Amino acid sequence: MTAKKAAKKAEKGKLALYWAASCGGCEIAVLGINEKILDVANAFDIVLWPVAVDAKIHSIEKMKDKSIDLCLFNGAIRTSEQEYMARLMRQKSKALVAFGSCAHEGCIPGLANATTKEAIFQTAYHDTPTTVNPDGIRPQTETEVDEGTLYLPFFYETVKTLGQTVNVDYYLPGCPPEPERIWDAIVAILENKLPAPGSVIGAETTVCDDCPRTRDEKKITEFKRTWEIIPDTETCLLEQGLVCCGIATRAGCGALCPTVGSPCIGCYGPNEGVEDFGARMMTALASVIDSDDPEEIDRIIREGIPDPIGTFYRFSLANSELRRIALPANGGSDAKLETAEPA
Amino acid sequence: MTEERFEPKIVAFLCNWCSYRAADLAGTARIKYEPNVRMIRVMCSGRVDPAFVLKALALGADGVMIAGCHPGECHYLEQNYKTMRRFSMLKHTLSSIGVEDERVRLQWASAAEGVQLAEAINKMVNQVRELGPLNWSSHWSENGEVETAIERLAEEHADAMEVPA
Repeated sequence: MTAKKAAKKAEKGKLALYWAASCGGCEIAVLGINEKILDVANAFDIVLWPVAVDAKIHSIEKMKDKSIDLCLFNGAIRTSEQEYMARLMRQKSKALVAFGSCAHEGCIPGLANATTKEAIFQTAYHDTPTTVNPDGIRPQTETEVDEGTLYLPFFYETVKTLGQTVNVDYYLPGCPPEPERIWDAIVAILENKLPAPGSVIGAETTVCDDCPRTRDEKKITEFKRTWEIIPDTETCLLEQGLVCCGIATRAGCGALCPTVGSPCIGCYGPNEGVEDFGARMMTALASVIDSDDPEEIDRIIREGIPDPIGTFYRFSLANSELRRIALPANGGSDAKLETAEPA
Repeated sequence: MTEERFEPKIVAFLCNWCSYRAADLAGTARIKYEPNVRMIRVMCSGRVDPAFVLKALALGADGVMIAGCHPGECHYLEQNYKTMRRFSMLKHTLSSIGVEDERVRLQWASAAEGVQLAEAINKMVNQVRELGPLNWSSHWSENGEVETAIERLAEEHADAMEVPA
């Protein structure tokens, strides 16, 4: 059955899209399915889509529980308002999909977990050269004005994923998900051919399996940064010394980056069965270092990977086992903020 | 009332062929060591995925020890060299996350080294006791007022929809 027929056959359902801590790229990615968006509109009434449709949150609040058939929720959870929306959409939706890397594993907003709320406020409201704030004013969660009390959401210390906040039915990985994968997922939902709840809708292989480069035995004595070499067009990038995350990353993108000579940075998240993306990268990279001398190994790693969080957890820090760096005033752990600077 | 001494919880992954036998030897030779370690036998130290260590720390362990055969003596030829490299990679990452060096330790112990293993355990337990509890999941908790703020939102939305008379 073609997707179009499926769309026609299925009763018209209700679709909601929402965004939390995200860049908006996922919204654009939905439109990347091009004219097929018309099939989506044929199959669903769109009840909420802040970027495209004028709908009120209050009207969602008044809907019966589970009356939305499908909610595609993108973005991580970093404020109390976003947590409220996550709970609301969970309550009103039959199927809640964590759409894209932010909702799935924290993504770039989740890298805020490599610093602290205090440091972020300091930078945003005081230190940036374009900030003019002579009175040192910071946003407050409550402000008294003549008309009454005004509220702002709480800004969390730690960015959470959607799955850490509410129960998620399906995960659609990618930063952003490729249009073809989005369409596959919509078709799977319309045809009711979904995998078990809680699973990732996507491939079960790695980016390496889609990569056209030739792979041989990997032996590395030095990791190289992307600006240090012009990689040849045939050989595996990791064999050329570049830290390519394809070995740990779920397929789905068609190996776009390594094909054109840029190492995979892991935006499609961990492959099936991997809980901690960074741990898998550490394991894989450790195996290819060509040295048995502890000191030399330390040197290769220290010099080649100056920013381990940014290298191993660029998209998955919030979803990693440890989720964030240690907070300074906690359990005697002393966070080394200077090492968390982007490389 | 005296303050109770902090007793760290240490998870130890011991390889079947050397280190677990070293622990066995320590037992049969009645060598005493701190009871704070929870030992898990694995076939090789190379089996210890960094994810195991991270998970142990996230779930409440105060420290993790990985023990294996000496370099060059691995039952599976050279897997403990992989352990060595992986450990270096893991330490590098943990230090930027803010987990103290002493909390994760790699220890070589042959089947004859019951004494050395016991000493290493004692040393590590004391070091971690000095550092205090890790209590990692406490880093994730938010201010208690957050819940009130979330509950208030529904009311605010309802208020905003009301047309003033």
